Amino acid sequence: MPLAAEEGGFHAPTIADFFPHPVLFEGTFAEFNRMQLVRIIAAVVLVVLMVVAARRAKLVPSRGQNVAELLLDFVRVNVAEDIIGKEKAHKYVALLTTIFFAILAFNITGIIPGLNIAGTSLIGLPVMLALWVYVMYLGAGIRHHGLGGFLKTSLFPPGVPPFLYVLLTPVEFLTVFILRPATLAIRLMANMVAGHLMLVLCFSATDFFVRSMSGMTVFAVPSLLGGFAITLFEVFVAALQAYIFVVLTAVYISLSIADEH
Amino acid sequence: MSTAAYAAVVTAAEGEAPSGIQLLIPAGYDIFWSIVVLVGIAVPFYRYVLPKFQAVLDERTRRIEGGIAQAETAQAEAAAALAENQQLLADARAEAARIREEARAEGGQIKAEARTAAQEEAARILENAQRQIEAERQQAAVSLRSDVGTLATELASKIVGESLEDEARRSRVVDRFLDELEASTATSAGKGS
Repeated sequence: MPLAAEEGGFHAPTIADFFPHPVLFEGTFAEFNRMQLVRIIAAVVLVVLMVVAARRAKLVPSRGQNVAELLLDFVRVNVAEDIIGKEKAHKYVALLTTIFFAILAFNITGIIPGLNIAGTSLIGLPVMLALWVYVMYLGAGIRHHGLGGFLKTSLFPPGVPPFLYVLLTPVEFLTVFILRPATLAIRLMANMVAGHLMLVLCFSATDFFVRSMSGMTVFAVPSLLGGFAITLFEVFVAALQAYIFVVLTAVYISLSIADEH
Repeated sequence: MSTAAYAAVVTAAEGEAPSGIQLLIPAGYDIFWSIVVLVGIAVPFYRYVLPKFQAVLDERTRRIEGGIAQAETAQAEAAAALAENQQLLADARAEAARIREEARAEGGQIKAEARTAAQEEAARILENAQRQIEAERQQAAVSLRSDVGTLATELASKIVGESLEDEARRSRVVDRFLDELEASTATSAGKGS
Protein backbone atom coordinates (compact mmCIF):
# COMPACT_ATOMS: atom_id res chain seq x y z
CA MET A 1 0.00 0.00 0.00
CA PRO A 2 2.63 2.67 0.82
CA LEU A 3 3.66 2.52 -2.80
CA ALA A 4 4.41 6.23 -3.19
CA ALA A 5 6.77 6.37 -0.23
CA GLU A 6 8.73 3.35 -1.40
CA GLU A 7 9.23 4.78 -4.83
CA GLY A 8 10.35 8.13 -3.40
CA GLY A 9 7.73 9.59 -5.69
CA PHE A 10 6.38 13.05 -5.75
CA HIS A 11 3.74 13.58 -3.10
CA ALA A 12 1.40 16.05 -4.70
CA PRO A 13 -0.77 17.92 -2.22
CA THR A 14 -4.39 16.81 -2.36
CA ILE A 15 -7.60 17.82 -0.76
CA ALA A 16 -7.27 14.72 1.39
CA ASP A 17 -4.68 16.67 3.45
CA PHE A 18 -7.59 18.43 5.06
CA PHE A 19 -9.30 15.21 6.08
CA PRO A 20 -6.71 13.39 8.17
CA HIS A 21 -7.25 10.02 9.78
CA PRO A 22 -9.37 10.06 12.88
CA VAL A 23 -7.45 9.34 16.05
CA LEU A 24 -10.24 9.20 18.59
CA PHE A 25 -13.98 8.58 18.64
CA GLU A 26 -14.00 7.52 15.01
CA GLY A 27 -17.40 7.69 13.42
CA THR A 28 -18.98 9.81 16.14
CA PHE A 29 -19.77 13.50 16.17
CA ALA A 30 -16.68 14.02 18.34
CA GLU A 31 -14.31 12.32 15.89
CA PHE A 32 -10.90 13.72 16.68
CA ASN A 33 -8.12 14.05 14.15
CA ARG A 34 -5.03 16.09 13.42
CA MET A 35 -7.06 19.08 12.28
CA GLN A 36 -8.92 19.23 15.59
CA LEU A 37 -5.68 18.88 17.50
CA VAL A 38 -4.23 21.85 15.60
CA ARG A 39 -7.34 23.89 16.30
CA ILE A 40 -7.26 23.07 19.99
CA ILE A 41 -3.57 23.90 20.25
CA ALA A 42 -4.18 27.21 18.50
CA ALA A 43 -7.12 28.01 20.76
CA VAL A 44 -5.27 27.08 23.94
CA VAL A 45 -2.17 29.06 22.98
CA LEU A 46 -4.26 32.09 22.05
CA VAL A 47 -6.31 32.00 25.25
CA VAL A 48 -3.27 31.42 27.45
CA LEU A 49 -1.34 34.25 25.78
CA MET A 50 -4.21 36.70 26.07
CA VAL A 51 -5.16 35.72 29.61
CA VAL A 52 -1.55 36.12 30.71
CA ALA A 53 -1.33 39.44 28.89
CA ALA A 54 -4.58 40.59 30.49
CA ARG A 55 -3.51 39.44 33.93
CA ARG A 56 -0.27 41.38 33.63
CA ALA A 57 -1.98 44.38 32.06
CA LYS A 58 -0.89 47.53 33.78
CA LEU A 59 -1.40 51.23 33.31
CA VAL A 60 2.13 51.58 32.04
CA PRO A 61 2.33 48.80 29.47
CA SER A 62 5.19 46.35 29.06
CA ARG A 63 6.43 45.36 25.63
CA GLY A 64 4.13 42.32 25.37
CA GLN A 65 1.17 44.34 26.54
CA ASN A 66 1.96 46.95 23.92
CA VAL A 67 1.70 44.33 21.17
CA ALA A 68 -1.61 43.04 22.56
CA GLU A 69 -2.95 46.58 22.90
CA LEU A 70 -1.79 47.41 19.38
CA LEU A 71 -3.91 44.58 17.97
CA LEU A 72 -6.85 45.36 20.26
CA ASP A 73 -6.68 49.03 19.32
CA PHE A 74 -6.40 48.10 15.67
CA VAL A 75 -9.69 46.21 15.79
CA ARG A 76 -11.42 48.76 18.00
CA VAL A 77 -10.33 51.89 16.16
CA ASN A 78 -9.52 50.89 12.58
CA VAL A 79 -12.32 48.36 12.20
CA ALA A 80 -15.12 48.93 14.68
CA GLU A 81 -15.08 52.69 15.13
CA ASP A 82 -14.14 53.55 11.55
CA ILE A 83 -16.86 51.40 10.02
CA ILE A 84 -19.70 51.29 12.55
CA GLY A 85 -19.13 54.73 14.01
CA LYS A 86 -17.79 55.71 17.38
CA GLU A 87 -21.06 55.81 19.34
CA LYS A 88 -22.46 52.47 18.18
CA ALA A 89 -19.18 50.56 17.88
CA HIS A 90 -18.61 49.72 21.53
CA LYS A 91 -21.38 47.09 21.53
CA TYR A 92 -19.62 45.11 18.82
CA VAL A 93 -15.97 45.57 19.74
CA ALA A 94 -15.89 42.36 21.79
CA LEU A 95 -17.36 40.33 18.91
CA LEU A 96 -14.99 41.78 16.33
CA THR A 97 -11.94 41.47 18.56
CA THR A 98 -12.66 37.86 19.48
CA ILE A 99 -13.28 36.88 15.87
CA PHE A 100 -10.16 38.67 14.68
CA PHE A 101 -7.90 37.02 17.24
CA ALA A 102 -9.47 33.61 16.70
CA ILE A 103 -9.14 33.71 12.91
CA LEU A 104 -5.60 35.03 13.15
CA ALA A 105 -4.66 32.19 15.50
CA PHE A 106 -6.30 29.51 13.34
CA ASN A 107 -4.85 30.93 10.12
CA ILE A 108 -1.31 31.24 11.38
CA THR A 109 -1.10 27.54 12.27
CA GLY A 110 -0.76 26.94 8.53
CA ILE A 111 2.86 28.03 8.60
CA ILE A 112 3.87 26.92 12.08
CA PRO A 113 6.26 23.97 11.78
CA GLY A 114 4.71 20.85 13.24
CA LEU A 115 1.16 22.13 12.90
CA ASN A 116 1.42 22.96 9.20
CA ILE A 117 -2.26 23.31 8.53
CA ALA A 118 -4.58 26.21 9.06
CA GLY A 119 -7.42 25.51 11.46
CA THR A 120 -9.67 27.50 9.16
CA SER A 121 -8.85 25.39 6.10
CA LEU A 122 -11.61 22.91 6.90
CA ILE A 123 -15.04 24.34 6.23
CA GLY A 124 -16.58 23.68 9.68
CA LEU A 125 -14.75 26.44 11.53
CA PRO A 126 -15.30 29.14 8.87
CA VAL A 127 -18.97 28.13 8.72
CA MET A 128 -19.35 28.41 12.47
CA LEU A 129 -17.62 31.81 12.45
CA ALA A 130 -19.83 32.97 9.61
CA LEU A 131 -22.95 31.70 11.41
CA TRP A 132 -21.92 33.55 14.53
CA VAL A 133 -21.53 36.75 12.51
CA TYR A 134 -24.82 36.00 10.69
CA VAL A 135 -26.72 35.72 13.96
CA MET A 136 -25.04 38.85 15.29
CA TYR A 137 -25.74 41.09 12.33
CA LEU A 138 -29.31 39.87 11.90
CA GLY A 139 -29.83 40.26 15.64
CA ALA A 140 -28.32 43.74 15.60
CA GLY A 141 -30.60 44.77 12.72
CA ILE A 142 -33.74 43.34 14.31
CA ARG A 143 -32.94 44.88 17.67
CA HIS A 144 -32.36 48.25 16.05
CA HIS A 145 -35.25 48.37 13.58
CA GLY A 146 -37.59 45.64 14.81
CA LEU A 147 -38.20 42.61 12.61
CA GLY A 148 -40.43 44.40 10.09
CA GLY A 149 -38.26 47.48 9.98
CA PHE A 150 -35.15 45.42 9.45
CA LEU A 151 -36.69 43.45 6.59
CA LYS A 152 -38.00 46.65 5.04
CA THR A 153 -34.66 48.48 5.16
CA SER A 154 -32.74 45.39 4.02
CA LEU A 155 -35.00 44.14 1.26
CA PHE A 156 -36.54 47.38 0.06
CA PRO A 157 -33.70 49.88 -0.02
CA PRO A 158 -35.12 53.40 -0.10
CA GLY A 159 -34.64 55.83 -2.94
CA VAL A 160 -35.39 53.30 -5.69
CA PRO A 161 -38.34 53.40 -8.15
CA PRO A 162 -40.91 50.84 -6.91
CA PHE A 163 -40.89 48.67 -10.04
CA LEU A 164 -37.18 47.96 -9.51
CA TYR A 165 -38.01 46.11 -6.31
CA VAL A 166 -39.01 43.19 -8.52
CA LEU A 167 -35.34 42.84 -9.34
CA LEU A 168 -33.79 44.28 -6.27
CA THR A 169 -35.63 42.50 -3.48
CA PRO A 170 -34.67 38.94 -4.46
CA VAL A 171 -31.08 40.04 -4.95
CA GLU A 172 -31.03 41.76 -1.59
CA PHE A 173 -32.64 38.74 0.02
CA LEU A 174 -29.97 36.45 -1.40
CA THR A 175 -27.26 38.86 -0.33
CA VAL A 176 -28.42 39.41 3.23
CA PHE A 177 -29.55 35.91 4.10
CA ILE A 178 -27.33 33.60 2.06
CA LEU A 179 -24.46 35.18 0.20
CA ARG A 180 -22.94 37.20 3.05
CA PRO A 181 -22.33 34.31 5.45
CA ALA A 182 -21.52 31.90 2.62
CA THR A 183 -18.91 34.16 1.09
CA LEU A 184 -17.43 34.89 4.50
CA ALA A 185 -16.92 31.18 5.17
CA ILE A 186 -15.85 30.12 1.69
CA ARG A 187 -13.45 33.01 1.14
CA LEU A 188 -11.64 32.24 4.37
CA MET A 189 -11.49 28.49 3.78
CA ALA A 190 -10.48 28.76 0.13
CA ASN A 191 -7.63 31.13 0.92
CA MET A 192 -6.28 28.85 3.58
CA VAL A 193 -6.66 25.75 1.43
CA ALA A 194 -4.89 27.42 -1.47
CA GLY A 195 -2.07 28.59 0.79
CA HIS A 196 -1.60 25.11 2.19
CA LEU A 197 -1.57 23.54 -1.27
CA MET A 198 1.04 25.99 -2.52
CA LEU A 199 3.24 25.43 0.50
CA VAL A 200 2.99 21.67 0.27
CA LEU A 201 3.65 21.82 -3.47
CA CYS A 202 6.86 23.81 -2.97
CA PHE A 203 8.19 21.80 -0.05
CA SER A 204 7.31 18.37 -1.39
CA ALA A 205 8.86 19.37 -4.73
CA THR A 206 12.02 20.41 -2.87
CA ASP A 207 11.97 17.09 -1.04
CA PHE A 208 11.49 15.21 -4.28
CA PHE A 209 14.28 17.07 -6.09
CA VAL A 210 16.76 16.61 -3.27
CA ARG A 211 16.03 12.92 -2.96
CA SER A 212 16.15 12.28 -6.68
CA MET A 213 19.96 12.84 -6.57
CA SER A 214 20.10 13.58 -10.27
CA GLY A 215 20.31 16.57 -12.55
CA MET A 216 16.95 17.62 -11.20
CA THR A 217 18.38 18.25 -7.72
CA VAL A 218 19.33 21.81 -8.72
CA PHE A 219 15.64 22.60 -8.97
CA ALA A 220 15.43 22.16 -5.22
CA VAL A 221 16.88 25.66 -4.87
CA PRO A 222 14.12 27.59 -6.62
CA SER A 223 11.40 25.41 -5.16
CA LEU A 224 12.80 25.94 -1.65
CA LEU A 225 13.02 29.68 -2.27
CA GLY A 226 9.46 29.55 -3.55
CA GLY A 227 8.37 27.75 -0.39
CA PHE A 228 10.14 30.37 1.70
CA ALA A 229 8.42 33.19 -0.19
CA ILE A 230 5.03 31.52 0.07
CA THR A 231 5.55 31.00 3.81
CA LEU A 232 6.05 34.75 4.21
CA PHE A 233 3.12 35.37 1.91
CA GLU A 234 0.97 33.10 4.06
CA VAL A 235 1.80 35.17 7.15
CA PHE A 236 0.45 38.14 5.26
CA VAL A 237 -2.59 36.21 4.00
CA ALA A 238 -3.35 34.92 7.50
CA ALA A 239 -3.48 38.48 8.83
CA LEU A 240 -5.24 39.81 5.73
CA GLN A 241 -8.00 37.19 5.82
CA ALA A 242 -8.59 37.81 9.52
CA TYR A 243 -8.78 41.53 8.76
CA ILE A 244 -11.12 41.04 5.81
CA PHE A 245 -13.38 38.83 7.87
CA VAL A 246 -13.79 41.36 10.68
CA VAL A 247 -14.06 44.30 8.29
CA LEU A 248 -16.90 42.57 6.45
CA THR A 249 -18.48 41.65 9.77
CA ALA A 250 -18.36 45.29 10.81
CA VAL A 251 -19.76 46.37 7.43
CA TYR A 252 -22.66 43.91 7.70
CA ILE A 253 -23.46 45.07 11.24
CA SER A 254 -23.21 48.66 10.15
CA LEU A 255 -25.57 48.00 7.21
CA SER A 256 -28.01 46.24 9.52
CA ILE A 257 -28.23 49.09 12.00
CA ALA A 258 -27.94 51.90 9.45
CA ASP A 259 -30.78 54.41 9.63
CA GLU A 260 -32.49 55.51 6.46
CA HIS A 261 -31.27 58.74 5.08
CA MET B 1 1.21 4.96 -11.75
CA SER B 2 -1.82 6.71 -13.07
CA THR B 3 -3.24 9.74 -11.40
CA ALA B 4 -6.37 7.87 -10.43
CA ALA B 5 -4.38 5.05 -8.86
CA TYR B 6 -2.22 7.54 -6.98
CA ALA B 7 -5.28 9.37 -5.75
CA ALA B 8 -6.72 6.07 -4.62
CA VAL B 9 -3.55 5.25 -2.69
CA VAL B 10 -3.47 8.64 -1.06
CA THR B 11 -7.16 8.48 -0.27
CA ALA B 12 -6.72 5.14 1.34
CA ALA B 13 -3.82 6.46 3.36
CA GLU B 14 -5.44 9.75 4.41
CA GLY B 15 -9.05 8.73 4.89
CA GLU B 16 -12.03 9.47 2.70
CA ALA B 17 -11.60 12.81 0.99
CA PRO B 18 -14.88 14.39 -0.03
CA SER B 19 -15.04 16.22 -3.30
CA GLY B 20 -17.20 18.77 -5.02
CA ILE B 21 -19.89 20.49 -3.01
CA GLN B 22 -19.19 18.16 -0.11
CA LEU B 23 -16.08 20.21 0.59
CA LEU B 24 -18.34 23.08 1.56
CA ILE B 25 -20.63 21.06 3.80
CA PRO B 26 -19.07 20.54 7.18
CA ALA B 27 -19.07 17.11 8.75
CA GLY B 28 -20.64 16.65 12.17
CA TYR B 29 -17.33 16.27 13.96
CA ASP B 30 -16.00 19.36 12.19
CA ILE B 31 -18.94 21.42 13.45
CA PHE B 32 -18.61 19.95 16.95
CA TRP B 33 -14.93 20.73 17.35
CA SER B 34 -15.32 24.13 15.72
CA ILE B 35 -17.93 25.03 18.30
CA VAL B 36 -15.68 23.68 21.06
CA VAL B 37 -12.69 25.80 20.04
CA LEU B 38 -14.76 28.90 19.33
CA VAL B 39 -16.56 28.72 22.67
CA GLY B 40 -13.22 27.98 24.28
CA ILE B 41 -11.88 31.21 22.86
CA ALA B 42 -15.01 33.34 23.17
CA VAL B 43 -15.75 32.66 26.83
CA PRO B 44 -12.36 33.76 28.24
CA PHE B 45 -12.28 36.68 25.81
CA TYR B 46 -15.76 37.95 26.72
CA ARG B 47 -15.48 37.14 30.40
CA TYR B 48 -11.93 38.14 31.23
CA VAL B 49 -9.50 39.29 28.53
CA LEU B 50 -11.47 42.07 26.86
CA PRO B 51 -13.05 43.55 30.04
CA LYS B 52 -9.64 43.53 31.70
CA PHE B 53 -7.97 45.37 28.85
CA GLN B 54 -10.92 47.74 28.62
CA ALA B 55 -10.61 48.45 32.34
CA VAL B 56 -6.91 49.15 31.97
CA LEU B 57 -7.53 51.43 29.00
CA ASP B 58 -10.33 53.28 30.78
CA GLU B 59 -8.19 53.65 33.88
CA ARG B 60 -5.35 54.99 31.76
CA THR B 61 -7.66 57.49 30.08
CA ARG B 62 -9.01 58.51 33.47
CA ARG B 63 -5.51 58.96 34.84
CA ILE B 64 -4.42 61.03 31.88
CA GLU B 65 -7.50 63.23 32.15
CA GLY B 66 -6.96 63.44 35.91
CA GLY B 67 -3.35 64.40 35.32
CA ILE B 68 -4.35 67.13 32.90
CA ALA B 69 -6.96 68.46 35.35
CA GLN B 70 -4.41 68.32 38.12
CA ALA B 71 -1.89 70.21 36.02
CA GLU B 72 -4.53 72.85 35.29
CA THR B 73 -5.34 73.16 38.97
CA ALA B 74 -1.66 73.44 39.82
CA GLN B 75 -1.23 76.12 37.18
CA ALA B 76 -4.21 78.04 38.51
CA GLU B 77 -2.83 77.74 42.02
CA ALA B 78 0.55 78.96 40.86
CA ALA B 79 -1.08 81.93 39.12
CA ALA B 80 -3.06 82.72 42.28
CA ALA B 81 0.09 82.46 44.40
CA LEU B 82 1.94 84.74 42.00
CA ALA B 83 -0.85 87.32 42.13
CA GLU B 84 -0.89 87.06 45.90
CA ASN B 85 2.86 87.53 46.06
CA GLN B 86 2.67 90.56 43.84
CA GLN B 87 -0.12 91.95 45.99
CA LEU B 88 1.97 91.33 49.09
CA LEU B 89 4.96 92.99 47.47
CA ALA B 90 2.90 96.03 46.51
CA ASP B 91 1.47 96.18 50.04
CA ALA B 92 4.95 95.94 51.48
CA ARG B 93 6.18 98.73 49.23
CA ALA B 94 3.27 100.94 50.22
CA GLU B 95 3.89 100.14 53.88
CA ALA B 96 7.56 100.99 53.54
CA ALA B 97 6.72 104.29 51.85
CA ARG B 98 4.23 105.09 54.59
CA ILE B 99 6.73 104.29 57.34
CA ARG B 100 9.37 106.40 55.62
CA GLU B 101 6.94 109.28 55.36
CA GLU B 102 5.99 108.97 59.01
CA ALA B 103 9.60 108.80 60.04
CA ARG B 104 10.35 111.91 58.04
CA ALA B 105 7.43 113.76 59.63
CA GLU B 106 8.38 112.56 63.06
CA GLY B 107 11.99 113.56 62.48
CA GLY B 108 10.88 117.05 61.53
CA GLN B 109 8.77 117.29 64.63
CA ILE B 110 11.60 116.05 66.82
CA LYS B 111 13.90 118.59 65.25
CA ALA B 112 11.40 121.38 65.85
CA GLU B 113 10.88 120.27 69.43
CA ALA B 114 14.60 120.10 70.00
CA ARG B 115 15.00 123.57 68.58
CA THR B 116 12.24 124.95 70.80
CA ALA B 117 13.72 123.24 73.83
CA ALA B 118 17.14 124.60 73.03
CA GLN B 119 15.78 128.10 72.60
CA GLU B 120 13.89 127.86 75.89
CA GLU B 121 17.01 126.58 77.59
CA ALA B 122 19.04 129.37 76.12
CA ALA B 123 16.49 131.94 77.24
CA ARG B 124 16.41 130.45 80.67
CA ILE B 125 20.19 130.46 80.96
CA LEU B 126 20.28 134.04 79.74
CA GLU B 127 17.70 135.12 82.29
CA ASN B 128 19.56 133.35 85.08
CA ALA B 129 22.71 135.07 84.05
CA GLN B 130 21.03 138.47 84.04
CA ARG B 131 19.45 137.77 87.38
CA GLN B 132 22.78 136.78 88.83
CA ILE B 133 24.42 139.82 87.39
CA GLU B 134 21.72 142.04 88.91
CA ALA B 135 22.10 140.35 92.29
CA GLU B 136 25.83 140.77 92.16
CA ARG B 137 25.46 144.39 91.15
CA GLN B 138 23.13 145.06 94.08
CA GLN B 139 25.45 143.23 96.40
CA ALA B 140 28.30 145.30 95.04
CA ALA B 141 26.29 148.46 95.54
CA VAL B 142 25.45 147.52 99.10
CA SER B 143 29.04 146.59 99.81
CA LEU B 144 30.24 149.74 98.10
CA ARG B 145 27.97 151.90 100.19
CA SER B 146 29.28 150.48 103.44
CA ASP B 147 32.85 150.75 102.15
CA VAL B 148 32.29 154.33 101.13
CA GLY B 149 30.98 155.12 104.63
CA THR B 150 34.03 153.55 106.30
CA LEU B 151 36.33 155.19 103.75
CA ALA B 152 34.68 158.54 104.25
CA THR B 153 34.89 158.20 108.00
CA GLU B 154 38.58 157.40 107.78
CA LEU B 155 39.13 160.22 105.36
CA ALA B 156 37.14 162.49 107.54
CA SER B 157 39.01 161.48 110.67
CA LYS B 158 42.28 162.23 108.86
CA ILE B 159 41.04 165.58 107.76
CA VAL B 160 39.51 166.17 111.14
CA GLY B 161 42.76 165.22 112.86
CA GLU B 162 44.62 167.96 110.99
CA SER B 163 42.19 170.77 111.78
CA LEU B 164 40.76 169.67 115.10
CA GLU B 165 41.83 172.94 116.83
CA ASP B 166 39.44 174.89 114.76
CA GLU B 167 36.24 173.87 116.54
CA ALA B 168 34.00 175.85 114.34
CA ARG B 169 35.49 174.54 111.08
CA ARG B 170 35.42 170.97 112.37
CA SER B 171 31.78 171.11 113.24
CA ARG B 172 30.95 172.57 109.86
CA VAL B 173 32.88 169.97 107.90
CA VAL B 174 31.32 167.08 109.77
CA ASP B 175 27.82 168.37 109.32
CA ARG B 176 28.37 169.00 105.66
CA PHE B 177 29.85 165.50 105.10
CA LEU B 178 26.98 163.84 106.88
CA ASP B 179 24.50 165.78 104.85
CA GLU B 180 26.22 164.87 101.65
CA LEU B 181 26.47 161.23 102.71
CA GLU B 182 22.84 161.17 103.58
CA ALA B 183 21.90 162.70 100.29
CA SER B 184 24.07 160.31 98.37
CA THR B 185 22.72 157.25 100.27
CA ALA B 186 19.20 158.41 99.63
CA THR B 187 19.94 158.76 95.93
CA SER B 188 21.62 155.35 95.65
CA ALA B 189 18.93 153.72 97.77
CA GLY B 190 16.25 155.20 95.57
CA LYS B 191 18.17 154.11 92.55
CA GLY B 192 18.79 150.58 93.88
CA SER B 193 15.20 149.72 94.78
